[in-house]
Amino acid sequence: MSTPLSDWEVVIGLEVHVQLHTRAKVFASSPWGFGKEPNEQVDPVVLGLPGTLPVVNREAVEKSILFGLVVGASVPEHCSWDRKNYFYPDNPKNYQLTQKDFPVVVGGQVEIELPGASRNVMGEHKFIRIHHAHLEEDVGKLSHAGSGSLVDYNRAGVPLLEIVTEPDLRSSAEAEAFLRSLVAMLTQAGVADCDMEKGQLRCDCNVSVRRRGVEKLGTRTETKNLNSISSVRDTVIYETARQIRELEAGRSITQETRGWNAELARGYVLRDKEDAHDYRYFPDPDIPTLKISRETVTRLSKLVPENLYDRQRRYVEKLGLPYTAAALLVNDRALAEWFELAVAAHPTNPSGIANLVANDLLRDLAASSGSAGAFDESASTPVSLASCPIKPAQLAGLVKLTDDGVISKQQAKEVFAEMFKSGQDAAAIVDAKGLRQNSDTGELEKIVQEVIADPAVAKSIAEYRAGNEKAINALKGPIMKRTQGKANPVLIDQLLRKFLG
Amino acid sequence: MADALHTLSAAELGRRLAAGTLTSRALCEALIARYQAVNDKVGAFTHLDQADVLAQADASDARRKAGQGRGPLEGIPVAIKDNIAVKGQPLTCSSKMLASLVSPYDSHVAERLRAAGAILYGRLNMDEFAMGSSTENSAIRKTFNPWDLARIPGGSSGGSAAALAAGLVPLSLGSDTGGSIRQPASHCGVVGLKPTYGLISRFGLVAFASSLDQIGPMARSIEDCELLLNALASADARDMTCFSPSDRALTPAGDAKKLRIGIPKGFLGKGVAPEVAAAVNAAVEFYRAQGCAISEVELPSADLAVPTYYVVATAEASSNLGRYDGVRYGHRSASAGTPVEMMTASRSEGFGPEVKRRILLGTFVLSAGYADAYYVRALRARAKIRAEYLAALAGVDVLLTPTVTTPAFKVGEKASDPLQLYLEDIFTIPANLAGLPAISVPCGKSGHLPVGFHLVGAPLSEAKLLAAGRLFEAAHGFAHQQAAL
Repeated sequence: MSTPLSDWEVVIGLEVHVQLHTRAKVFASSPWGFGKEPNEQVDPVVLGLPGTLPVVNREAVEKSILFGLVVGASVPEHCSWDRKNYFYPDNPKNYQLTQKDFPVVVGGQVEIELPGASRNVMGEHKFIRIHHAHLEEDVGKLSHAGSGSLVDYNRAGVPLLEIVTEPDLRSSAEAEAFLRSLVAMLTQAGVADCDMEKGQLRCDCNVSVRRRGVEKLGTRTETKNLNSISSVRDTVIYETARQIRELEAGRSITQETRGWNAELARGYVLRDKEDAHDYRYFPDPDIPTLKISRETVTRLSKLVPENLYDRQRRYVEKLGLPYTAAALLVNDRALAEWFELAVAAHPTNPSGIANLVANDLLRDLAASSGSAGAFDESASTPVSLASCPIKPAQLAGLVKLTDDGVISKQQAKEVFAEMFKSGQDAAAIVDAKGLRQNSDTGELEKIVQEVIADPAVAKSIAEYRAGNEKAINALKGPIMKRTQGKANPVLIDQLLRKFLG
Repeated sequence: MADALHTLSAAELGRRLAAGTLTSRALCEALIARYQAVNDKVGAFTHLDQADVLAQADASDARRKAGQGRGPLEGIPVAIKDNIAVKGQPLTCSSKMLASLVSPYDSHVAERLRAAGAILYGRLNMDEFAMGSSTENSAIRKTFNPWDLARIPGGSSGGSAAALAAGLVPLSLGSDTGGSIRQPASHCGVVGLKPTYGLISRFGLVAFASSLDQIGPMARSIEDCELLLNALASADARDMTCFSPSDRALTPAGDAKKLRIGIPKGFLGKGVAPEVAAAVNAAVEFYRAQGCAISEVELPSADLAVPTYYVVATAEASSNLGRYDGVRYGHRSASAGTPVEMMTASRSEGFGPEVKRRILLGTFVLSAGYADAYYVRALRARAKIRAEYLAALAGVDVLLTPTVTTPAFKVGEKASDPLQLYLEDIFTIPANLAGLPAISVPCGKSGHLPVGFHLVGAPLSEAKLLAAGRLFEAAHGFAHQQAAL
């Protein structure tokens, strides 16, 4: 970017619309899901037939409360719904039930982690405040075909939690980090699946810029309906540059609603403030104020999983994991819990376990599910452990065999591959394959001395003694040959140094 | 025929059906004959599927024969206002907008009636979307007062009241948002009850103003009215404003002769016709003579009721009627254009003038910059009115007033003066604003035109209202009255 960004500060607030993971729609008993024929998932209530009434889906309310608890929000004693009136064919009642004055979640904050200097280094952490989150109904989808228009109401009435941040974000990277963190928290708590390809998470992005040091916020624009994290990032970058360009050219920013064309990587004006809708909000008379009992809150608070970054800190500080492995594991709750079961079975080497999980296990799981490469930190799709042939305690058993010197690290890889194929315990495979290392010091001492005495290696010995450390390796081959590869390599190394010392 | 079937009460018909001296088929055939003879004159029904009625009657007779009768309403026809959904029957709300709509589902009350063995008997005319007090706003047909065919039957449940007064059916369902059951009941000389808000599920009642609407029973006697009420009132999880099973117990009636009756101060002054005032005063004197304690009560905010109502009701209506856009069902304009243009044209063509007037008013009172001055203030006034009514009803059991200021007016007389028409509901509106039960009971005549009085009680005091009505009814000749046609 040619513009001197450093003179300017960008201020971003997000409104994130998340479809909640529920069986039924938010005000109707009709089920919902992806990939159905158009208008298959409707009923008289969803279609807004005359005389039908909304009934609040308890499950949707509880998922919303659970989100509030996950982000440390206060759960109000009551919440209620309002009607947002506007005419559009995708809106079956021509009003949307939403929560304007008394939302189900108030306050809270989401911890985010910015990218570090390199992949192996943890970046800065920040807290982004949540203003509130309200539970509303999604609308249908209007499409245009030939001279006509088609409308599908399968999506109408799907529970939508709109999470509104304070204007706390200061860069596209922060916006991106916020969304990744939010998605992890939502999915790990079972609140939402956040599958962006299925439109389960959509974002409105408010952007303004101001000169550094200026307190007053600049005029903001709102870019609506961004359906991927990258679109949000690109919108922030685009909109920041555009606004700075306008202001530096002496023009002003118009408060307007904008759209984003991801293919062209360009924003465009949808409507300006003059055309702003008057939604004529008023309390929905069909839904009485809902009381949220403290018993419900207590029950739901037990379902709140350990915070993503609390867990990450615990892994690094208490378990001694490298940052990279910790970051990878905590991103997937099921994987982290799997890892912890393994650690419980063999508590002395969490890093060894993490290493196998993060590398071998994920690689093989990905390969077996045909989605190889889906498991870097940025991937939000959790790996399926349901079909994993290896149990946590079995993996722990493998690490223990290595730690005890029964097999080498190289052999461990081979055993792991076999375990993944057969689901057998590591010990059984080691025995069946006769892989146990020879760690008999007396026997190995004899072999080492025989090899040292062999004139064929005299040159290597001389080089070693002259200070070439690597020359010692030339002696290991013949030893391994004599032991059919079973000699404990650590022990051999020690013995060689002892006798050559 | 001294006791032609169409003149009998539902209770008496039920006794004959139970005794086996009458079949539901014979009853329905007699009523269909009556329909063929007089409905064109009265215009109460907009639709009657005779074959369906007879099939239901045969099924009822078969149940009874098999010893599987479902109770006192088994085999008894109940006619239904055309804004209450019955699966497979039209649901027009007497609007061009929904003229072709057939409901794919049953309202809660329709389910209740089926469960009680009743015959779901035809669709009754009404003011379009229940907006009006004369049934002149029907886009389908005119309904006339059986007592004087030159006059209106009242509204919006005009068809429901006229059908009873014309002997077309023994029981009917109406809906009441500001007086739409009680005002036509008064004009047609029948009993009409608006229950406590929440007593009867609104599931399947096409919404006019959701916080005010209630379905209610209409009949030619208190006994029949109570029979129908009992069949309708039950909990329903599909209406969140409907009382749950633990909250819906009615207050016991007690001894009607010991009722404390409050007469709101000044209510008999305001434009009440002398014959109406005389009939209502006579009713007051009757109760006094029976031993009831009569006292005057103050309702200082009563004058706010009509303007408050026309803000709250139209605000809700403007939103409730938003769904009629021609996209999914109902009238769709033939004029092409974008989807939004099609929606606009469909609404312009589909709604009648009174409905448009109220949508416009309601849209205005909710719009940015005006909502605080109108809608929000109206909510405050509503709360005040409710508080005053509840305070008054802490000291008395019921409040007694006329139901309407004057007897039924002539067709067309007030059609050009909506504000005058809005005053038809001046006595009935507060019960809706406060969510209270209220009943209109026939109490006399002004010339040949019926007059009713109006009782309002505390929440869930329906049994008291009915007991008070029964006491009066037993001593007077207005039960079972029908117009000569």
